[in-house]
Amino acid sequence: MSTTVGQTTPGTTPPAQREVVRVSVPKRSINSELRAIKIVWLREVIRYRSDRLRMLTTLVQPLLFLFVLGSGLQSLASAGTHGVNLKTFIYPGILCIVVLFTAMFSAASIVWDREFGFLREMMVAPVRRSSIVIGKCLGGATVAGLQGVIVICLAGVVHVPYNAVMIIEVFLLQLLLAFTITAFGVMIAVRIKQMQSFMGVMQMIVTPMFFISGALFPANGLPGWLTVLNRLDPLTYAVDPMRRIVFSHLHISALAKHALNPGVTWWGWHVPTLVEVAMVAALGLAMLAVAIWEFSATD
Amino acid sequence: MSLTDANGAGAPAIAVRDLVKTFGEVRAVRGVNFEVPMGEVFGFLGPNGAGKTTTINMLCTLAKPTSGEAWVAGHDVVRERDDVRRNIGLVFQDPTLDGYLTAEQNLKLHAELYGVQSNLVRPRMQQVMEMVGLWDRKDSVVATFSGGMRRRLEIARGLMHSPRVLFLDEPTIGLDPQTRRSIWDYIRELKEREEITIFMTTHYMDEAEWCDRIAIMDHGEIVALDSPEALKGGVGKDRVTIQTDDNEAAIAALARQFGIEAQVSEGAVAFGVPAGEQFVPQLFAEFELPIRSVSVSRPTLDDVFMSYTGSTIRDAEEDSSKHRNRVMMQMMSGGRR
Repeated sequence: MSTTVGQTTPGTTPPAQREVVRVSVPKRSINSELRAIKIVWLREVIRYRSDRLRMLTTLVQPLLFLFVLGSGLQSLASAGTHGVNLKTFIYPGILCIVVLFTAMFSAASIVWDREFGFLREMMVAPVRRSSIVIGKCLGGATVAGLQGVIVICLAGVVHVPYNAVMIIEVFLLQLLLAFTITAFGVMIAVRIKQMQSFMGVMQMIVTPMFFISGALFPANGLPGWLTVLNRLDPLTYAVDPMRRIVFSHLHISALAKHALNPGVTWWGWHVPTLVEVAMVAALGLAMLAVAIWEFSATD
Repeated sequence: MSLTDANGAGAPAIAVRDLVKTFGEVRAVRGVNFEVPMGEVFGFLGPNGAGKTTTINMLCTLAKPTSGEAWVAGHDVVRERDDVRRNIGLVFQDPTLDGYLTAEQNLKLHAELYGVQSNLVRPRMQQVMEMVGLWDRKDSVVATFSGGMRRRLEIARGLMHSPRVLFLDEPTIGLDPQTRRSIWDYIRELKEREEITIFMTTHYMDEAEWCDRIAIMDHGEIVALDSPEALKGGVGKDRVTIQTDDNEAAIAALARQFGIEAQVSEGAVAFGVPAGEQFVPQLFAEFELPIRSVSVSRPTLDDVFMSYTGSTIRDAEEDSSKHRNRVMMQMMSGGRR
């Protein structure tokens, strides 16, 4: 049937002569919500695929930090890195911030959608608002995860071996972080009506979050105020496990490992990786809940 | 409370009772009542700011009424919001397409959000896109479409899930006359082919003529509601325009001889009389001044609007925009929150 329909040349059949295809909209069900989630997710992925420029622009900053800062500060830092290349040290942080930037960008699309009116099309559909938010967050997570893969591919360039287990672990952690950040971004974006404001808020929140997280420095032996800020920064708990994963596959001296990958401590207690990851996940779910609640409350 | 059974069969497409919407001190809609039977093309006519869009938003479940009730396709717009949404199609005044997606992707997205049966998505999509003449452009990205094409695509999208009531908020605003005409061709074709009720707002008088019935809205109230013919008939007067050498003298003479109050309009003398064609021979026979030309026209909806509101629709718009500007100025100067 679909082939005959497809072959009909437009204009050859007078429309009035063909039978009207009548469809009906079913009552809400789990199935219809899942379809809604899937299509909102798919829209994000389609838009990402068609926007090559965005693929590039969200990579620029992370790559600048990795290669320019990494190479530029190499000579200054060499005394403290115990022979490890600074780029290798920064690399886990970059794996996180590429996800951070992309996910925030994905969340921003809610603001765009509002400005360009598309949000209304989704708001009046007979589906739960939560389905739209979940679809959005999964979409943002997927897109950010795909950007993350590009950075994973660069591992060899910064002297990190391509180990299958490491790659899978890194990718899963990136997906989780991407989901949490998108939920965070959506939570903020729902309240904001203009793109300029969102960009401003992003600058105000994302940049400090990234700088404080320890993506560019080890999280021990810091001044007291910075230690406090670092431990409060949620991104810290993604950067630290990321570094643990990457460093566990490096062939470097124990001294270097100790200096560069000290791990996050709370009053001397070494926070286990699992707790860190659980925190990121819990935070993501909590922010998703807030985003859904906010989104349902708007007209 | 539904008006009839769960499917809403037999109920009017739209029923509205004492509907009120206020925004702070502004009473946008002041208690409107009307019913639209199934299958009708019903027009809401009025200047910008008359409360048309606010009313449509309440009917589409996008705004909650301050008081009063409304049913669409047999469902209460507040208590059965979802049921209303499943049964209506919407074309907004402002575009709501995703410009990054193709036309087909936009429609597909809509079908998925509305849960249209998967095997029917494709044939239905072809049908609605052929109706608006965009099937051959289905793979084009919407960002490349002209304003008219986008509006047509929005109409197609609004029809994608076979709604029982299609709401069109100013469907032809900002379009050139030719495109407006083609949009109306689609709307009329649609009415012939689908069992659908069309509810639309417009501030173009000539377009309102195409509706089965129109409600004239002004300052949040419905001031008249009938078929365009009946409304024009209700005005009761034809419009006669004469060209003379001396307009002032002609107006004075008309008043003296026939007791007619005439005005100068676009350089000619214009006045209203019942049965204009019969008056013209009498005018030629008895009028004391030379007449260079004469024209008689049936009342238009402009005249109808004028007779119910005391101003032309353009004047009414200027007034309301002045009012809006004043309110804005007050808000900005801190006079009002």
